[in-house]
Amino acid sequence: MVEKRLMYGNHALVEGIIYAGCRFFAGYPITPQNEVPEYMSIRMNEEGGVFLQTESEIAAINMLFGAGAAGVRATTSSSSPGISLMQEGISYIAGADIPVLIINVVRGGPGLGNIAPAQSDYYQATRGGGHGDYFTITLAPNSVQELFEFPRLAFELAEKYRNPALILADGLLGQMMEPVEFTFEPIDPKTLPEKNYALTGCKGRERRVVRSYDLRSGKLEELNWKRYKKYQEIIKNEQRYEVINDNDADLMIVAYGTCARVAAATMKMARDKGLKVGLLRPITLWPFPKDKLAELGARINNFLVVEMNCGQMIDDVRAATRFRPQIHFHGRPGGGVPNPPEVLKKIEEILGGAQ
Amino acid sequence: MKLIFGRPAGLTEVNQRYCPGCGHGIVHRLIAELLVELDIRERAVGIAPVGCAVFADEYFNCDMIQPPHGRGPAVATGIKRARPDCILFSYQGDGDLAAIGTAETVHAAARNENITVIFINNAIYGMTGGQLAPTTLPGMRSTTSVQGRDTGKQGYPIKVCELLAGLDGPYYLERCALDTPKNIIRTKKVLKTAFQNQINNKGFSLVEILSMCPTGWGMTPVQSKKWISEVMSKYYPLGEFRNRAKEEK
Repeated sequence: MVEKRLMYGNHALVEGIIYAGCRFFAGYPITPQNEVPEYMSIRMNEEGGVFLQTESEIAAINMLFGAGAAGVRATTSSSSPGISLMQEGISYIAGADIPVLIINVVRGGPGLGNIAPAQSDYYQATRGGGHGDYFTITLAPNSVQELFEFPRLAFELAEKYRNPALILADGLLGQMMEPVEFTFEPIDPKTLPEKNYALTGCKGRERRVVRSYDLRSGKLEELNWKRYKKYQEIIKNEQRYEVINDNDADLMIVAYGTCARVAAATMKMARDKGLKVGLLRPITLWPFPKDKLAELGARINNFLVVEMNCGQMIDDVRAATRFRPQIHFHGRPGGGVPNPPEVLKKIEEILGGAQ
Repeated sequence: MKLIFGRPAGLTEVNQRYCPGCGHGIVHRLIAELLVELDIRERAVGIAPVGCAVFADEYFNCDMIQPPHGRGPAVATGIKRARPDCILFSYQGDGDLAAIGTAETVHAAARNENITVIFINNAIYGMTGGQLAPTTLPGMRSTTSVQGRDTGKQGYPIKVCELLAGLDGPYYLERCALDTPKNIIRTKKVLKTAFQNQINNKGFSLVEILSMCPTGWGMTPVQSKKWISEVMSKYYPLGEFRNRAKEEK
């Protein structure tokens, strides 16, 4: 029988990272994710792994660059202002094609903002974030179960495509308690395959170089086109989503993470009132599930995008549905969390009340 | 014919792009010789800086990585903790180590991270064309201090060995110079100690090397050496600033 435990989201995330065979963590304290490094420091000690509390997020991401280049699974966790500081490092990591895992427990912004749950880092997460032509594979969990499962998925995708991966969560998911099923056996890091790029010392082989620069004429252009092809592969193969009640829907809510939970509750209330509402929940924010949205957009007339920001993912919904349906928005920026009654009111406005 | 002097196996066949009279080539050679003499070339991972030595990843015949400007000690920490058997050396200039990377330098030293940092101090930004460095001497001219460094406006230089010697963490700190054959021989000895400390798991070693930049200084190579002897090494005194091996005895 699968083991089941009642867990805090942040603790489930840590177990998920350990279960994924990761034994390297570096990070700097920032609210609302402090339970992650705190619990991680204990777990890494138990597992004989590396835990480093760094002098800054800049140091943390560069330690990840080193550990990732040395061929081990490495994770950092932070929240929005800290992730901004990491963007330089993420750009270099993407430019050197090194897989690492970055967790962003998003809080209200811009600037110091506040410590409430938010989704205002969507653009940053899905457009690369730092300088240069690159993308990070971005996963958006919406339950404690997914906080446990997604680190493994993130590492698998990151290593398959040699690309940094990001988990975009928020403080609400981290503080929530839910039962977690330990759906897979913990991965022993020793069983993970050796990486053909890893810096380990050149004994018995040619020396290896990990770098993001190339000043030779035309070479960097070539490299960028090569990486572009990789991104096209990821877009083709890895779009993930959950779709509910789309068959008879007059209106599809599009929401991820905490907003998807609010949307699911709203959908039930709406259905009880006879309103035909469905839900599309993007699981990968990059690559965005644009193929499914294109299909839905061709047959459903109304979309309601619900986000904890002023409207960022809505641009991807508009593009994916080619502006065919009516696309509405309900957002709460600056740490506001939408609740089902207010979302339902918006749906009733759109669909013209109970039918 | 017997070969008595050649390129050490610690260097690749790539021709280095340094200016005539530059100190980088000398230090590269010393490190490369030590990689072979200490039998660590096949365990070594070198960190190239951003600056004139950015192409060091092409020059050293061992595994290499090129991180963001100033982040060498953090990247070295990541590799060392992930692969404790590797021998890490972070090769950095004054802008890389003492300006943009000050925090990473200080904290790696404070952790007594088991890595070797090689710090080339030539008191100028060479790669970008001779701007003021954190180690530019008071009154010294640069392209962003054409009247000479005005300490009233641009503050004072950072003496890295003295700064780090204020910490409990670092195991070994020494400043050397490349101005005379004697000092170059001393530099090699100091570098050797710095690598041996890491091999023996002793912790953080930093070797600061006063190095010529004839192009950036507007001097001939000979004048540059003389300037280190007569001016620079007066401001940055040579010697050992920390050696815990001696304290342990």
